[in-house]
Parts: sequence; C-alpha cells; structure tokens
Amino acid sequence: MSAPRPREPRAVRLVLIGLALAAIGLFLLVPLAAVFVEAFRHGAGAWFAAVSDPDARHAVKLTLLVAAIAVPVNAAFGLAAGWALGKFRFPGRNLVLTLVDLPFAVSPIVAGLVFVLVFGRSSPLGGWLAGHGIEVVFAVPGIVLATVFVTFPFVARELVPLMQSQGTDEEEAARVLGAGFFKTFLRVTLPNVKWALLYGVVLCTARAVGEFGAVSVVSGHIRGATNTLPLHVETLYNEYATQGAFAAASLLTLVALAAMLAKAFLSRHAGEEAP
Amino acid sequence: MARVTPSLLPGFGPALGVTLLGLSLVVLAPLATLLATSLRGSPAEFLAAVTTPRVLAALELSFLLSLGAAAVSALLGLLLGWVLVRYRFPGRRVLDALIDLPFALPTAVAGITLTTLYAPNGWLGKPLAALGVPVAFTPLGIGVALVFLGIPFTVRTLQPVLASLDPEVEDAAASLGATRLETVRRVLFPEVLPSLLTGTTLAFARGLGEYGSVVFISGNMPMKTEIAPLLVMTKLEQYDVAGATALAVVLLVSSFLLLLVLNRLEAWAEGRRR
Repeated sequence: MSAPRPREPRAVRLVLIGLALAAIGLFLLVPLAAVFVEAFRHGAGAWFAAVSDPDARHAVKLTLLVAAIAVPVNAAFGLAAGWALGKFRFPGRNLVLTLVDLPFAVSPIVAGLVFVLVFGRSSPLGGWLAGHGIEVVFAVPGIVLATVFVTFPFVARELVPLMQSQGTDEEEAARVLGAGFFKTFLRVTLPNVKWALLYGVVLCTARAVGEFGAVSVVSGHIRGATNTLPLHVETLYNEYATQGAFAAASLLTLVALAAMLAKAFLSRHAGEEAP
Repeated sequence: MARVTPSLLPGFGPALGVTLLGLSLVVLAPLATLLATSLRGSPAEFLAAVTTPRVLAALELSFLLSLGAAAVSALLGLLLGWVLVRYRFPGRRVLDALIDLPFALPTAVAGITLTTLYAPNGWLGKPLAALGVPVAFTPLGIGVALVFLGIPFTVRTLQPVLASLDPEVEDAAASLGATRLETVRRVLFPEVLPSLLTGTTLAFARGLGEYGSVVFISGNMPMKTEIAPLLVMTKLEQYDVAGATALAVVLLVSSFLLLLVLNRLEAWAEGRRR
C-alpha cells in the first residue's frame, strides 16, 4: 500500500519522523539492545554457563511444559468459542464475549491469587486434593492453571471476529451438499481461518512462555522445581547475579523476537482471510 | 424460546457448551471464589482493609501513574501512528514491527532491563541523575515502565483508523480555506478520538494491574513507590489473606468497569467507521 501524498511541509514531516525515531529508539531499541549487552557482558562463555546451568535448564523445561499444555487448551477453546460466538447470534452473546476478554483486564497478581484461594491448603478443595497427594499451589498444576487463565482470550479474540465476518454461507453450502459437522468444520471452516488461528497461537505461546505475575503468586519460587524461566530471571536478579539473569532473559527475548517476526509474517496472511 | 441464528448449522450447542464450561472453570469460578472469600468478613472489615493508609497510598499511586502513563502513551501513539501510517522512510517496516516489543517481551525481562537502564549507574539513569532527575526506584521510574507497556496499545488501535482516513477530506478542508492545523484539529482529530480513547483506556487498564515490569524499577517502598498489585502480593506473603483478597477485589472491580467502558468506546468507534 502506498502512503498518501503528505500534506505537511517537508520540515514538519522531518521533525515528526525525527521525534518518532527518537521515541522508538529510547523506549524500545535501547532496552532491546541492553538485554543482549548485559547478557554478554562477561563474554559468550559466561552466557553459555548461565543458560546451561542445571537450574536454568530445569526452568526452560518447565516453561516449555507449561506452554505445551496451555497453548493447545487455548486453541481448542478458541475454536469452540469462534464457532459458537462467531457463527451464531443468540441472546447473551455480548455478555459471553465480554467475559472471554476478562482475563486481559484482570491483574496477573489477582489471577494468581484466585488460584491460591481455590486450591490453597486452607481451602476445602485444596485440603481434599492435598489429602489425596495432589498439590496444585506451589506446584506445576497451579502454574499451568494460572497460565491458562492469563492466556485464555488469545486465540478466541482472533477467531471470533474473523469467523463472524466470514459468515456462514460456505458452511451452509457444505451442509446442503451433505457434509456432516466435522467434515464441514475441518474442510471448510478451519482452512478459512488457519492463519488467524496460527496468529493467535503465536501470541498465546509468547505470553505463556513469558508470564510472570500470575505464575509468581502460585509457584512458590522453588529453584529447580517450580521456577519457570521468567521466575528464574527474577531469582537471579534479586541475588545480584545480574549477568546470569540477563543471560536467561536473553533467551526469553529471543522467543519474543521470534514471536514478533511470526506475527508480522502471519498478520499479512491473516489479513487476506478477512472477506 | 430464544432464537439462535442461523439454525441450519450444527454444533452450536456443543461449541457453546465447551466455551461456557472453559470460561466457568478457568475464569468465572476462580473469580467468584475471590468475591466469596472477600465477603466472608463483614462489610465494615472489608472497608477497613481497603482504607488503611498504606492501601490507599498504593491505590492512589497505581491509579494516578497508570492514568498519567496512559496519557503519555496516547501522545506517543498519535506521533508514532501518524508517522508510521502517513510517511515513507527507510526502516519503517522494522520500526513498525518493533512497536509490538512491549507486548511480546516477558514483563520480568522488561522490568530488569528498564531498572538496569535507569538505575543511577545505568546508560540512561546516569545522565538523568546528573541532571537531578533520578528515575529508578521513584514514581517516575514506575511511570517510565508503564509508558513502555502502553505504547503498543495506543499505536495499534490508532493505526487502522489513521490508515482508513480519506486524504481527500483533508484536501477539501484545505480548499475551503482551513489551515493545516485547523484541518488536523477539526477534521482529523474527531475521527481518531474514539480509537484514541480506546487505546488509552486499554493502556490504563493494563497499567493498573501490571506487576512484572514495575516491581523491579519501583523500589517497593510502602507509602511511596508501592503499587497496588505488589501490595496484594506482599499481603499474601504475610498471610494476610483477607487484606490481599479485599484489595484484589477492588482491582478486579476496577478492571471490570474499565472493560465495560471499553465496550462502549469500541461501539462508538465502530459507529464512526460506518
């Protein structure tokens, strides 16, 4: 797409571009550069030692495990929500849409707190589960639950508006031609939204990997047991192991950059899916 | 019976069932537990818990700083949105992609990075401290972190609207004798206002609940630089569950109200576009 012919004098344009570059440089580029400068402050050897330390490796594994559970759960929910809320009109639909968005607005700390209240040792449910040897809070299940909570709207948010704008003509045609629900869904609906779905999955994965506040409340910060990578960063930083903290942070930053690249690539394709 | 349209497509019941079940189990039931827990004490106890000087100071700090940071994000959003949509210059697409960095970067990483940058011996903190403006471990530092976080919200809500503006309307205004500044103020600004407010409210809501990017740079001094979400965490760690719950309810209700405001704003923005 070409830009409209500028209506401002050249000087105004240059000043505005200059200010924008300064703002992006100061607020975004400098922090991005700082992560890697600090991570490699003592050389590649120190960086490698920090990211291959057993606690760091455990944190990476736990983070991947949590994402591997939370992301598919989210994708499945997002597809169901897309079908129910995107393809159909029914009373109460707007309320459900607002509730789906709720986790976006809720503080991650509040999200973590609610799971401590539900599953903590002092709650009836938590006490019962503990009696059966199942720990949720200060253990992996709590981390997974908190992550599912904070990432809850990601896929649904992409799919509902798209599926709504695509309408139901193609699905109805498939039905008339004799296709059942699953055939219609897999052969008609899913191919139409695949890029938007992938886009939502990328955003969801980035958040699942990087979630800090909610996980911080429920994890208990047990090194080598319930520390995810963002929590490992915090632990090291608070112990003044700054270089180690930034080395771990650089891994997370690489994930973030990959997600941004994927997002830039996918948003072009997702744009084509809109009718 | 209430009407569900269209009726020809199958799978409405199961899909809505899965949606509502997931929503209830993961979001609604836990949040209801929070409300129920907060109601265990008397209303007077609840009120007492959320009106201690320390809690009031934290709430005031969180609200004021989030609002101020959202306003700064709004200004930056207008500048960045305009430049990225209207002008062509080398590196524009890379810069455009970079706007998402605060979305994508884990908040803990943003937190320790901004703290290191703005600390008294940091790249940016040192010159600023020399000018007599300490940033890290002051309310200003919290503001910087919240502006960082807010930028993508305002830029990304403004960009589509700015791109959809018809430049011929501006030419018409100009040919009718409006100066460029008048055109911007009286023609362009009313068009983007709903989206600007939507983006600003999103930034505000996010800032109000933010934890990770703020805790490191804030210094966490009670009554001075202690934000509300951190105080929830502190109270929980001190086994003051009632206090933590009460403050969390205040935050939750605020988020919900902001969400309702956002719905109205989005409807307004949608109406504008038609």
